[in-house]
Amino acid sequence: MAQPLSIVVVEKDRDRALLIVDGLRAAGDFKVFVIGDDVGLARKIAERLPDLVLIDAGNPSRDALEELTLATAPMERPVAMFVDKTDGTLTRAAIEAGMSAYVVDGLKASRIKPILDAAIARFHMMQKMRVELAETRRALDERKVIDRAKGILMRAKSIDEAAAYALMRKTAMDQGRRMAEVAQALVLSAEMLK
Amino acid sequence: MTAILRAGFVPLVDAAPLIIADVMGFAREEGIALHLTAAPSWASLRDMLAFGQIEAAQMLAPLPVALALGLGVSVARFEVLSVLNINGDVIGVSTRLGARMQKAGFGFDFVDARGAGLAMLSATADCLRIGVPFQFSMHVELVQYWLKGLATTLPVDFQIITVPPSRMAEALAKDEIDAFCVGEPHGSVAVDMGVAQLLLPGSAIWASAPEKVLATRAGWAEAEPDLAGRLIRAIWRAGRWLMAPQNLMTACEVLSAPGRLNLSAELIERSLTGRLVIAGDGSERHVERFIEFHAGAASFPWRSQAAWIGVQLARRYGLDLMAAMSTARGVFRSDLHRTHLRPASADLPGASEKIEGGLDRPCVVASERGSLILPVDRFYDAKIFDPADPLR
Repeated sequence: MAQPLSIVVVEKDRDRALLIVDGLRAAGDFKVFVIGDDVGLARKIAERLPDLVLIDAGNPSRDALEELTLATAPMERPVAMFVDKTDGTLTRAAIEAGMSAYVVDGLKASRIKPILDAAIARFHMMQKMRVELAETRRALDERKVIDRAKGILMRAKSIDEAAAYALMRKTAMDQGRRMAEVAQALVLSAEMLK
Repeated sequence: MTAILRAGFVPLVDAAPLIIADVMGFAREEGIALHLTAAPSWASLRDMLAFGQIEAAQMLAPLPVALALGLGVSVARFEVLSVLNINGDVIGVSTRLGARMQKAGFGFDFVDARGAGLAMLSATADCLRIGVPFQFSMHVELVQYWLKGLATTLPVDFQIITVPPSRMAEALAKDEIDAFCVGEPHGSVAVDMGVAQLLLPGSAIWASAPEKVLATRAGWAEAEPDLAGRLIRAIWRAGRWLMAPQNLMTACEVLSAPGRLNLSAELIERSLTGRLVIAGDGSERHVERFIEFHAGAASFPWRSQAAWIGVQLARRYGLDLMAAMSTARGVFRSDLHRTHLRPASADLPGASEKIEGGLDRPCVVASERGSLILPVDRFYDAKIFDPADPLR
């Protein structure tokens, strides 16, 4: 039985890191290590001598990690970005999931595949959660600003809530703009006229 | 018919030609709808281009050359259709190091690269740690060219460390690095955060360094000559617009928006006007041609620029010099640039190669329509690079 592969996961957010680690553990026997701080990233990874490094493709610190692709000392093992030469499906799946994998030179594709499959699944899950969170936040923000604009209209024109809402909806439709945009403009102007 | 063209950039001042080509309508005039995406890192921008998520990208000038030489992560081959800008980098030191240099009598003239380099290294104990955004970049080439010669005369070494530009100020504050070479606005951001003092503009080391380029996958421009031509012309017109003084304020406002650079217009204005605030006390220095998008055939991808980059990389990574130089030359497509810009009535140089570092003052050279003024392009050590005799 070969030595279990060692994997470094670069992820600042603790919950997200745990999610990935859980996914990897479920996929097989690996040594997983999480680096959460970007300070001296390349050096820290080199010290661990991992077989595989997983990082969010959106992490700006990816550029620091690229230093590892050129082995400068004879003892160092060059790391290559994982590019699936057989048919490209894994690479494409990783890109879609927003994940980048760096793999040590000479590692067999069959040993990497289960790891990447598991990691890609988790990255997908996180991506979905991120989109949902952003959507929820946006909806909440818009609701708040529409409520404020409604209040301003009600006070300024002495109309009731339903009339204020109808006025905003009509203006939005006439202008071909979203209701939240109209509300935002009103709130901003009201602040300036204070 | 309008064709959609997807392009990527890293939010820096020198992404301006792409952004302006889109926002000010130069792309639309050429019948293309530019879909621009901001990338979080150079590695991810390279991958987006390599794996076909975009057709064109702003790219560090040495990166396509490095890829062609098989260095680093070799995912694809790229070609350079245009140079997006000449110059635009700044070198800065931590306020700690800056204070030591000042104490030793250094005046921060923002001009003399030799003096500044010696003062910086002399104020360093044993090894200067200098941050750069990417391992294959003009930043690395400038720092290597500058410090390699100077460090041999002193008992000091230097180490180049990759730090993403958005983390540069933090890396200085946390004492991970002592100095940096980075594209604007990140040098000015570090000054405003009170962690850095600017030492030199990149142009003090090489007065005409090709900084960012327009890159596409190798073969794309020949497979899509029509699209490639429209893109090259739109970006060239954007560069010309950017250099007209009356457009300065608009340019700063356009670039500062969220989804673009997402920074105050005032910070962007510093590099576009060449008036840089170099220290926390507000002292200012003015630099001619701090960043150039147009004048002096700035967009022309000289094969000699690629050759210079190829030779530097070959020396550092132990590759065959002549072979590297010939491969590098082929990456900068001066031929395509020429063919596609002619319809825009641009005046183009008569030659595709020149001696790099040969001009101490602006010089009139032959062009396709008569003559053209090439700007100063000297290296700080007054050496020249002749692609016909690269070993000199």
